[in-house]
Amino acid sequence: MMSDCRDCTRTKLLRDAVAEAGRGLPEIEPGMPVPAGTGLSRRSFIARSAGIALAVYGGSKLTPWALDDGIAAAAAGKQAPVLVSIFLEGGIDSLSVLFPAGDPEYYTLRPKLALPESVGAAFSEDSRLRWHPAAAALAQLHAEGKVSVLPAIGYNRPDHSHFTSRHYWEVGATDPHVRSGWLGRYLDRSGSADNPLQGLSLDKRLQPALATAKVPIASLDGPDRYGFSANRKPHPLERPMLDAAAQLGAAHAASRDQGLRQVGEAAQQARHLAGELRGFGAIASPVAYPSSVDQFPRRLAGLAAMLGAGLPLHCVALTATGHYDTHATQAEDLQQGLQTTADSLLAFQRDLEARGIADRVLVHVWSEFGRRARENGSLGTDHGAAGIGFLIGSRVRGRMIGEFPGIGPGGLDALGNLRATVDFRGIYAGLIEQWLGADAGAIIPGASAFARPTLLK
Amino acid sequence: MSGAPVYRGSFGPTQAERLLWRAGFGPRPGESSRLAKQGLRSAVRSLVEPPALQLSGPEAQDDRGHPLAPRDAFGHDHLWWLDRMVRTNQPLVERMTLVWHDWFATSLQGVKSQALMLDQNKLFRENALGSFRDLLLGVTKDPAMLVWLSGNKNTVRAPNENYGRELMELFTLGADRGYSEQDVREQARALTGWRGNVKKKVATDFAFVPRLHDRGQKTIFGKSGAFDWQDSCRLCLEHPSHSSFFVRKLWSYFVPTMPSTSTQAALEQLYRAKRGAVKPVVEAILLHPDLHTGPRMVKQPVVYTAGLLRARGRGIDTAAWWKLDDASGQRLFYPPDVAGWDESRWLDTATFRGRWFVAMTALGGAQEGSAPRDPARLVARAISFWGSPEITGTTRSVLTAWARKQLGSSSPALVESALRQLVATAPELQAA
Repeated sequence: MMSDCRDCTRTKLLRDAVAEAGRGLPEIEPGMPVPAGTGLSRRSFIARSAGIALAVYGGSKLTPWALDDGIAAAAAGKQAPVLVSIFLEGGIDSLSVLFPAGDPEYYTLRPKLALPESVGAAFSEDSRLRWHPAAAALAQLHAEGKVSVLPAIGYNRPDHSHFTSRHYWEVGATDPHVRSGWLGRYLDRSGSADNPLQGLSLDKRLQPALATAKVPIASLDGPDRYGFSANRKPHPLERPMLDAAAQLGAAHAASRDQGLRQVGEAAQQARHLAGELRGFGAIASPVAYPSSVDQFPRRLAGLAAMLGAGLPLHCVALTATGHYDTHATQAEDLQQGLQTTADSLLAFQRDLEARGIADRVLVHVWSEFGRRARENGSLGTDHGAAGIGFLIGSRVRGRMIGEFPGIGPGGLDALGNLRATVDFRGIYAGLIEQWLGADAGAIIPGASAFARPTLLK
Repeated sequence: MSGAPVYRGSFGPTQAERLLWRAGFGPRPGESSRLAKQGLRSAVRSLVEPPALQLSGPEAQDDRGHPLAPRDAFGHDHLWWLDRMVRTNQPLVERMTLVWHDWFATSLQGVKSQALMLDQNKLFRENALGSFRDLLLGVTKDPAMLVWLSGNKNTVRAPNENYGRELMELFTLGADRGYSEQDVREQARALTGWRGNVKKKVATDFAFVPRLHDRGQKTIFGKSGAFDWQDSCRLCLEHPSHSSFFVRKLWSYFVPTMPSTSTQAALEQLYRAKRGAVKPVVEAILLHPDLHTGPRMVKQPVVYTAGLLRARGRGIDTAAWWKLDDASGQRLFYPPDVAGWDESRWLDTATFRGRWFVAMTALGGAQEGSAPRDPARLVARAISFWGSPEITGTTRSVLTAWARKQLGSSSPALVESALRQLVATAPELQAA
């Protein structure tokens, strides 16, 4: 079944590739050999289907922009591991996701919100904990050895502000003044000056963890949504107009004025991204994703399709669906968001497996903090400290990292919040070293102070 | 008079154009020249002391020609406000309303009632250039805010920290600037007592109920008393961190660089001397040399949209605007979270594309008559199409060369329409 699906996808890609070949290339450089859909290596037609064939075939004389070469070179080179960072916004209640039914304090601290011992799957690595029924998809992946649970991840002297704590996680340091994201700093050191897809924010706005100081990165809603003509009818001058906008951007790149420079950079990157994604039609997923009004499942489906098409993605960041700042009426809000998020993550893993690329991708799920152990009386919970995280993928070790400290006196801090048993910066350092293969010391401030658990199989 | 410096350089149409963008939504055709003739001080005066409200230009309607239903129809809240931005003769009042919407960022996502959001919007507008104290008290008991930050769930028996924390962190003091977790908990207690709910999008029973209020002693910032919600606000405003927070935050909406230490001190002193009045501080910022001589600011998406429509004298005639602004990163009444929009990151590949469509839609429907085959004239015509904004020689020469090339294979009318798009999305039009 799975291999059939993969063949469907490949057939479609090939068809698209041939269609694209007939459209774009010859008119640009008539002397170029036109691939007829045969004799193409897998790599080259995949690149072509994604609209980046110009540089793969034609080289730099076809285009005034070096970026095309960079993308093509990245696409044609050794495929890099992909790290996907997924944010659960608002501070998810870890004590509901893996709820401590076996901890006597649980039913005292959560008289109204506690889940009964009869629901959810048992967590095989700690007999006190059970999976929230809405997280059954994660329990399933865990049983397959594809999820490492971080049951109490955080940092010392926790900050209880959404924005400060989220900022710490995004920049990879407990420092309010750092402006670049931790993945952005990694890309600044290890990335390329000409492949904006190396850092991809799948969002309406840039995910700050990806913010770089030097190299280009990209942001888009979904790969099937990056045309520049309104009303589905292409403007006859769409491509030349976009080229002109990029030329204007380049003309202001050296301006002393930061405002002009910012617009200019965005224009250039938009033009390049449009080039990369040109020809990337509707997404054909080999598996079903949850239906949702939220973009999250569609973004993951698009991400898998882009990876399957060989686009040179490296670090990707997006926000999961759901509202996790559950100060009131927590039960319904949490259930809804968690269910769609967990189901989407399972679909994404199955999609990658069906495409044969699951070994290349590692997903890191995080939230800015957990929530107070004691419920608050509005059927909700207030801001806490340590929370829950996951590493998901075929290559992750699949074993719990750090332990659950319990919610008795030893497990909670003076404010009644869960104590961290793992520092998030140790996990970042481990991901940089073990997954991305770079030196964490140059990226995470004070990296040497944090223990690095073994993350991979 | 404030002790902050005042810009002394020349004040021509270029400077007036920037002032109109920073303090409003850009010029209508000819407005920059008219304002420049008044001189800087009088120009700023006319913004902070505007004439009686007059909305001019075509009235807003949806795609079928019907009037907007901002309290009911989805997205019409955004259209209704955008229409005010486009048609107002009090641009600074409207711009300050936008500032407060970002400062006290409340989202329909959590409030679930457009009517309550619009009531809050009215509160912001009425206090646009008034007293920050009145505004803060109004916001603290505002039904939309009570719902958004759980103030309506905060009772003596079950304190909820949500509002108390953001009151200090985001609204008055700044994160980690002189308060503790214990203060957060004590503020929550002081703020108890409000009730009210939204049922089926209708507000019900919003009121202060004494029996829900914690009447006990609280200790906040080292002071003790049987504090209530008004004390809670007062203590924040009297806190030594407040005036510096207020000045820095307000400044950041108008000037992209940090104020010097002496300017910061002068503005803080002005704010305290005027007992928390907003208008004198805004006026001093609008007169400041940093605004007139410093780098450009990337325009907020709704400011960019409203400005293009003002330049064209075009009203709201389609519901598409809320979606287009959303794609550009700013749906009114839906800030991303309680911290508001990130002003430093308006532009990326996704939002650039959103702005591209804003421009395309703004120029849509314009007459396409005969056009000359002369590239320089086509560029000049495309610039005057948008009310003749200041365009650098760099941009003019890139566009002229491009137009010359396109005329080889495309009609002058098509090239002209493309140039209109390119002028509207040029760096000069997206940052002022």
